Amino acid sequence: MLLIECPWCGPREESEFHCGGEAHIVRPLHPEQLSDPEWADYLFMRSNPKGPHRERWVHEAGCGRWFNVERDTVTHEITAVYRMGGPPPNPSAAPGRKR
Amino acid sequence: MTDAPFRLPSGGRIDRGSPVSFSFDGERYTGYAGDTVASALLAHGVRLVGRSFKYHRPRGVVTDGVEEPNALVQLGIGASGEPNARATQVEIHDGLAAASQNRWPSLGFDAGAVNGLLSALIPAGFYYKTFMWPGRWWMKYEYFIRRAAGLGRAPTGPDPDTYDKSWAHCDVLVVGAGPSGLAATHAAGRTGARVLLVDERPEPGGHLPGTSQSIDDAPAEEWVSAMVSDLAAMEEVRILPRATALGYYDHNYLTVLERRTDHLPYRERRGRVRQRLWKVRAKQVVLATGAHERPLVFRNNDRPGVMLASAARSYVNRYAVRPGTSAVVFTNNDTAYDPALDLADAGLRVVLADVRTGLSDARRSQLRRRGIELLAGHAITDVRGAKAVTGVSVAALNSSASAYAGGHRKIRCDLVCMSGGWNPAIHLFSQSGGRLAFDEARGAFVPGEARPAQFSAGGCNGTGALAFALSEGREAGKAAAAACGFRKRGGTPLPKVDVVEETPIRLLWTVPSRHLGRRLDKHFVDFQNDVTAADIALAAREGYRSVEHLKRYTTTGMGTDQGKTSNVNALAILSETLGADIAATGTTTFRPPYVPATFGALAGRDVGELSDPVRTTPMHQWHVEQGAAFEDVGQWKRPWYYPRDGESMREAVDRECLAARGSVGILDASTLGRIDVQGPDAAEFLDRIYTNGWKRLAVGRCRYGLMCTEDGMVFDDGVTLRLGEHRFLVHTTSGNAARVLAWMEEWLQTEWPDLDVYCNSVTEQLATASISGPFARQLLTELTTDVELGRDAFPFMSWRDGHVAGLPARVARVSFTGESSFEVSVPSGYGLSLWTALMHSGQRYGITPYGTEAMHVLRAERGFIIAGQDTDGTVTPIDLGMEWIVSRSKDFIGKRSLGRADTTRAERKQLVGLLTDDPEEVLPEGGQIVDTVTKPPMRMIGHVTSSYFSANLGRSIALALVRGGRDRHGEPVMVPLERAVVPARITEPRFFDPEGKRAHG
Repeated sequence: MLLIECPWCGPREESEFHCGGEAHIVRPLHPEQLSDPEWADYLFMRSNPKGPHRERWVHEAGCGRWFNVERDTVTHEITAVYRMGGPPPNPSAAPGRKR
Repeated sequence: MTDAPFRLPSGGRIDRGSPVSFSFDGERYTGYAGDTVASALLAHGVRLVGRSFKYHRPRGVVTDGVEEPNALVQLGIGASGEPNARATQVEIHDGLAAASQNRWPSLGFDAGAVNGLLSALIPAGFYYKTFMWPGRWWMKYEYFIRRAAGLGRAPTGPDPDTYDKSWAHCDVLVVGAGPSGLAATHAAGRTGARVLLVDERPEPGGHLPGTSQSIDDAPAEEWVSAMVSDLAAMEEVRILPRATALGYYDHNYLTVLERRTDHLPYRERRGRVRQRLWKVRAKQVVLATGAHERPLVFRNNDRPGVMLASAARSYVNRYAVRPGTSAVVFTNNDTAYDPALDLADAGLRVVLADVRTGLSDARRSQLRRRGIELLAGHAITDVRGAKAVTGVSVAALNSSASAYAGGHRKIRCDLVCMSGGWNPAIHLFSQSGGRLAFDEARGAFVPGEARPAQFSAGGCNGTGALAFALSEGREAGKAAAAACGFRKRGGTPLPKVDVVEETPIRLLWTVPSRHLGRRLDKHFVDFQNDVTAADIALAAREGYRSVEHLKRYTTTGMGTDQGKTSNVNALAILSETLGADIAATGTTTFRPPYVPATFGALAGRDVGELSDPVRTTPMHQWHVEQGAAFEDVGQWKRPWYYPRDGESMREAVDRECLAARGSVGILDASTLGRIDVQGPDAAEFLDRIYTNGWKRLAVGRCRYGLMCTEDGMVFDDGVTLRLGEHRFLVHTTSGNAARVLAWMEEWLQTEWPDLDVYCNSVTEQLATASISGPFARQLLTELTTDVELGRDAFPFMSWRDGHVAGLPARVARVSFTGESSFEVSVPSGYGLSLWTALMHSGQRYGITPYGTEAMHVLRAERGFIIAGQDTDGTVTPIDLGMEWIVSRSKDFIGKRSLGRADTTRAERKQLVGLLTDDPEEVLPEGGQIVDTVTKPPMRMIGHVTSSYFSANLGRSIALALVRGGRDRHGEPVMVPLERAVVPARITEPRFFDPEGKRAHG
């Protein structure tokens, strides 16, 4: 069970949180202008890196706030926690999304 | 009192002032406080304690601890019974009743032992090979296999004991209170760090009290006592005895099972927590879990009386028990020498057979002083005796250990002590994700690269010598505390420990006998699962080259001990057979729990009523008093139907349905999810969440809304009230309220933080009674003075605030039954008053409470869907025929997906009605629909989602999802069931009042 540093509440058990999948996937502003493949890419395609991964978490059983986490998918080490909309830290470690 | 015949006159950690009486297989025995079942039985000369799993061979005690494969006993009976308890760990107490397992009719005479004679016919993978065919016979086979093979009996009935769980947060967690664990705890504790020390034994010291070891020229126990009294004085140090670390998970989270009362007489347990599951989160972890001695694999090495050398030593020193009168010690390493000396000192005649030849003079002279005969370069080639060892054969090995050089000599003895080296207890290290390394010289897996914030010290780190184990422990404790920011200069110097020069181990994974390789030879590798060296070699020859496959095929390493004594031997033999490196063969995966744990401890207090939160409405007590049958809807208890004077469910539901359309019905609708959505952008927000538009909804009006997920699938539905320019009250499905609120929050926080909107759950602030039927308006008129209820003043799909029965109330003209109906909501504290007032005034109209079943029937008559019943996450609004609610003029979540190729397919499953040809036939929900009945598998074109008998229509009705169903109204289909094939016809999904006029009435 992970120990996750909620930006508002501090370190809490993973069981208090819910993971919302990959972070930094922005909903297109004009979905009606997208082709089917473009829409499908937004809807279904997610990166599945071995190593650092940025994902969204919500402190469901706590403050209810969403935030971003950078977690190593191999070691489960959490290398960064940052607020929704904030710039991703460690740009060098950024997993490139294959598009 | 005369003492047990094998009890030594003095010594041991037992309390001779506290005799304890217990029973084994109905026979009464006495021991002392401090004894285990195993030690007390050995003191009485009881060797035979169990029968093996497969061959039912007689088995005795092999170890003195957690790794015991054989001496498993059944404790207690009935509900509080516990199977497969390790006799080597169970502390005796007055009244304890233990029984042997897997024998019938008795331990001494076991009918199943015939399997042993037939063992040539039961090789590795026997069940897989034999019971494959014919398939339908498996059920018959299984009954006998389960009876013949097996361990203890599961307890019957609910567990009468109390368990709980507790969190612990510490700087340093030390697992194991042996020498390195104590040294680590001491070093960390003196810095002021918060240290938790957990240990599986009743007293600290690890294996030390079982040895005759000296520390600082005094018995090791004195050093242990000094450490413990030091630790007791440290405020931030806590020691948990009888506490076994079960699992080691991410980020230094460990679970620890503490057995709090299992060692106490039953009378002292009452009112106390039996076991506690600790959930520990540690900043740093020091693993000091020690090592398990490895058996040697030789012929008939499973006879009762063959045990590990360290175990025999422990019975002498810790329990003051002679495990025999005449011993042959068989070893490939130096650690069996001290046990041999201690056995000789305890009065046993001892012969030591060592497969090595180049032994140190120090060792030789130690033996000589005790008169122990040394057979260097010798091995045991066979063990004689059936229910107890009576002797062994020994012979000199040739230099390659492939055969014997001379003749076989017979030695009479009643005890065989074996040592094949040591396996570090790397279970927790491996569970945490650490990589294992293989130490070729010692033939052992040791910790390699560890996870962060973790140390291994002593035996579990592959460090056998006490002096090094102590210093490793101290350094690990110091470093762990320092990593948490706690440092302190100085400290006591390391204690002085004698070091004897050691001769390297000679790895000999199987000891040859004259018959090795022939199946009849019983060179046991896994005692608990009756797996022999020949079985492993056979599996390897048959192609089970992976250690994981080997485990499943031969069952080696399975069972309650999970191969603690057998795994390394098994994979070494596999590697030898394959001619591969042991390191390359690798180990099977170490998984929690380290030892079997009771379900009670894992469940803790979350049992019975507390296993899941129960939510009830303010009117709940009334429903209970009326004898309602309840249905679980999410965590809610909702009245299902209200049976009257012996009515069947069908009769009650029919009556309720007729009343709701014929006079007036009343439903407790308090469980509906309610979300208060406020803010200047509230209407814009709902526009994006719902498929339909909200900006033009007037204050005072209501609207039905449908929401989709981004893939265009229906997610939830309900009626929303516009309470003000910037305020809406959203209703959700009862079971979906939390999910909808979370959904709204997710979009507001992550995608649209620019929207000025706030959402809050108000479900439990309100109680709602929904009254429905031709007299609903009349009834309400009697109870309100300030709500104008006329058709024009209060049109359908609007709401008014006012008073009902003198209570502040909001009345909404909405309808889920299709009748003219009113939903009256009051602050939840008034819920019961509202309900009783409506019931009281409703009497003259024949008011009838109806439950969820009638509600389902009534809405199905009108073709209203229930999200989650008629939809399953693969259904779009279009599939439901609800294009009318899908806005073309604005975007909403899921809209773009409704134009995808998949969602516009003609062959999609669409909502239809289904009428059986026989009006009395009620289809089962989930029933599959086909066009034509063929031999299975048939082409399935859909399934029944809702199905009821409708009293109002006098026939059965059903809703279904059918491929291309909207264009097939009127067509016949078949629903093949187990008992019959039911013919039916596809219809419009509306059966009653198709124009929907009655709701406006």
